[in-house]
Amino acid sequence: MIRFRLDPRSGVPAYRQLVDQVRQAVRLGLLQPGDQLPPVREVVTQITINPNTVHRAYRDLESEGLVQGQQGRGTFVLAAPVPAAAPEQVAELHRELVAWVGKARAAGLDDEGIAALVALSVRPPGTSAGATRMAETGREEIAR
Amino acid sequence: MSTPAAAVETLGLGKRYGHAWALQDCSFRLPPGRIAGLVGPNGAGKSTLLRMLAGISTPSAGEMSVLGWPAGTQSTETLACIGYLDQDRPLYRGFRVSEMLRFGRELNPRWDDTRARRHLDDLAISPRSRIGRLSGGQQAQVALTMCLAKRPELLLLDEPVAALDPLARDDLMHILLQSVVDDGATVLLSSHAVADLATVCDYVIILSASRVQLAGDLDHVLASHRMLLGPAAAAPPVPADGAVVSSVTTGRQTTMIVRAGQLIAGQPASAQPPAGLPIADPAWEVVEPTLDEIVLAYLRHRPQDLPQRPGRWARGAAPVEAR
Repeated sequence: MIRFRLDPRSGVPAYRQLVDQVRQAVRLGLLQPGDQLPPVREVVTQITINPNTVHRAYRDLESEGLVQGQQGRGTFVLAAPVPAAAPEQVAELHRELVAWVGKARAAGLDDEGIAALVALSVRPPGTSAGATRMAETGREEIAR
Repeated sequence: MSTPAAAVETLGLGKRYGHAWALQDCSFRLPPGRIAGLVGPNGAGKSTLLRMLAGISTPSAGEMSVLGWPAGTQSTETLACIGYLDQDRPLYRGFRVSEMLRFGRELNPRWDDTRARRHLDDLAISPRSRIGRLSGGQQAQVALTMCLAKRPELLLLDEPVAALDPLARDDLMHILLQSVVDDGATVLLSSHAVADLATVCDYVIILSASRVQLAGDLDHVLASHRMLLGPAAAAPPVPADGAVVSSVTTGRQTTMIVRAGQLIAGQPASAQPPAGLPIADPAWEVVEPTLDEIVLAYLRHRPQDLPQRPGRWARGAAPVEAR
């Protein structure tokens, strides 16, 4: 069974963090079809969180079709893991990324600058306060 | 009323001690099943508000309804549905824990002894211990256990975790949250540790200088505030219907927290436009403030920073949840 964590400093809403952790666990095969998500009663003592937030995360996952709530039994993983890229493709992507990091260092960026650029590219624009702080200073419209 | 639309509703509620108002013009509406954080500095009126809601003191002004019952009409039955935990954690120091439980059992029709004993067991507190011999944290846990054993529909907790070490605080929050899951109770708890509230509360009431500065859904509150960082000389790009909550200038930089106009009540934040806060001014950096930053801004703000509003809110209170 998955064990949740909360990062209060991340700026990502708590329910979103739970949804992301379940998705990640499914993708990595840590959660498989038929596995149960921890009952809300258990989650609130794991991470000291509002039960309504956990319900909301589970509802979101259910509407995505990733899990299913069964009356009186709990919430279970439904979907097969999202197909990951083939291993050789991943290796190729990794090589390219290493080459890119080399280029960024040569251009004078430090690790923090590189991480910021990666974070900015991975997240859809305008969704993260962090990314907003880094690059889109004042220019972009705030949308949640 | 079996299912009131609001667990707690107040309108212009006030309490006066002699000539001094401990709480004034307090209006908010807390839906059932929420965990609300009541924040503010010492002397802001937090305890005064909780005592009135618990039926311990009577309001000097305004109206309130608790679990659907107007002030002054709370029957014994209603009071049995309210769990109130005073700041001073009233326990008989000479009693053993088991005697304290028996006391609770005799006085409360809805008493759940099994639950009380399970909590104490989870917390490794022996029923044979004398209250006076327990640590401060354990006394807080016994007091909350007593409160939860009533199976209350509404929990009013005055600084339940103040002065507790992190572990005791965590244990206490856990038994509280589990009871909320089991009973679906509404909780209103006061605290000055705002960081603790951010993941636990989904409703926030900010009190300062005897007045409600802000009351609303946590999501709405976060969605309707922005922090602006810009040059000290420039005019801030405040939305037309918004207001500057606080503004601090250090050297060449000004940091301010601004608030959008009123949100539409009764709708989830996600169903609403981003609160009229598209701020497009290249001179200003716009970030989403944390709950701490918003709370501090309200505690710091001078009433004249907020525009005068007609009617009830004219004295500077800023309701996020319009009614």
